Amino acid sequence: MSVTVDRDEAFLGAVAKIADEIAAPNADEVDREARFPVETIDALREENALSALVPTELGGGGVSFEAIAAACFELGRRCGASAMVYAMHQIQVGTIVRHPEGAEWFEGYLRELADEQRLVASVTSEVGTGGDMGRSVAAVTPQGGGRSTFEKQAPTVSYGQYADDLLTTLRRHPDAEPSDQVIVLSRGDQNQLEQTGSWDPMGMRGTCSPGYILRSEISDEQVLPTAFSKAMPESMVPISHILWSHLWLGIATDAFDRARAFVRAAAKRKPGETPPAAHKLSHVMSELSLLRAEVDSALRLFVEASEEPGRERLSTMATILRFNNLKIAASEQAPRVCQGAMGVCGIMGFKNDTPFSIGRHLRDTMSACLMVANERIHQTNAGLLLVAKEV
Amino acid sequence: MIEEQVRQVITDQGRMPVDVSSLPADADLYEAGMTSHASVNVMLGLEDAFDIEFPDHMLTRDVFESIAAISAALDELQKEAA
Repeated sequence: MSVTVDRDEAFLGAVAKIADEIAAPNADEVDREARFPVETIDALREENALSALVPTELGGGGVSFEAIAAACFELGRRCGASAMVYAMHQIQVGTIVRHPEGAEWFEGYLRELADEQRLVASVTSEVGTGGDMGRSVAAVTPQGGGRSTFEKQAPTVSYGQYADDLLTTLRRHPDAEPSDQVIVLSRGDQNQLEQTGSWDPMGMRGTCSPGYILRSEISDEQVLPTAFSKAMPESMVPISHILWSHLWLGIATDAFDRARAFVRAAAKRKPGETPPAAHKLSHVMSELSLLRAEVDSALRLFVEASEEPGRERLSTMATILRFNNLKIAASEQAPRVCQGAMGVCGIMGFKNDTPFSIGRHLRDTMSACLMVANERIHQTNAGLLLVAKEV
Repeated sequence: MIEEQVRQVITDQGRMPVDVSSLPADADLYEAGMTSHASVNVMLGLEDAFDIEFPDHMLTRDVFESIAAISAALDELQKEAA
């Protein structure tokens, strides 16, 4: 136990330092130029943070999932795009790490990932599925001799151009139904990416997420043995929603901290008087604490349910609804906090070049309701609520 | 008997791209094309047809992945009720 705690502390100390010293000073430029936060990701590589979640017996850092979530929070406070890249990488790593069932090739891959600090991106969205992750069009297509190929049109692939390897959802074979999916890990030298769109968005600009057509040739052992339909509720969805919401909480927390600094500065100018903005700040604080409570309790549930044998609780409707609600609630609450913080700072928050600027925070968190669209999640919840007994 | 009724509900509610009557009882319904949305309708249809309610711990993928698994779950529920 104490070994894990020590590991977690050392890891988090290193990530917090990178967040403060590297992510923070580059955040505005990354945002302005919509460029990949290369120096932050390189620094995380230097600290072996890309394999932090990989077990030590495979050469990884062996830190806890809670520490990874806390790292996303720390990075989110300083640069939302860096945090999002790190979180998305950990979703792919976490999915592989949590489903080792007979996956020898993947074990070897995790060793390499740890050795070389390889960055993994995901290709889950697809043109023609209406945003439904549980369906695929592209299929693993056998070519004989244990080799297969696939071609997938993805409307967004975050940091696709900067990733070493890709994790892709596909139909199991060309005759499989859209819902019969597998997860495939393809290596950089097996992938061809043809960019199909531009990337000039409102927020999360440093994630560099245009559309691509991905063409790849793989060997059959690069298909994760665990079915997507099992990996999705047990790992991919809850890890995504928990890590995303931690970084959104990080961004919102920094917005609040800036607003608080603004109010303190105002109070110092007129000692003995509570500035009017302090009351607004109190309102923002209660919004922030709601967000924090939602994020914290979801993390606790996930960690507890993951430790139970069989992890059956993660596949129950109540739990699926719980993590869907986390995504919806956190993605709506984070921009609300940022907007409140901007209201506290006024024009100083609206301007992009003051110590109290909130623009980037607000724009970054406004992406939250779009990545896996909230309305799509509501649609799923609506169906589940018809049969779920306990929510 | 249970199995025949289960097949009927899946035929009516499962929006399956294949002929349900010729599916083996242990065939994976999700692999055969049942979407998660259709599976909810199957669950509702079964609750109605058998006049039972699936408790939450039964509302998992495992229970609804084949005709045989659904029939076994219904059998268990009916015995509990008797």
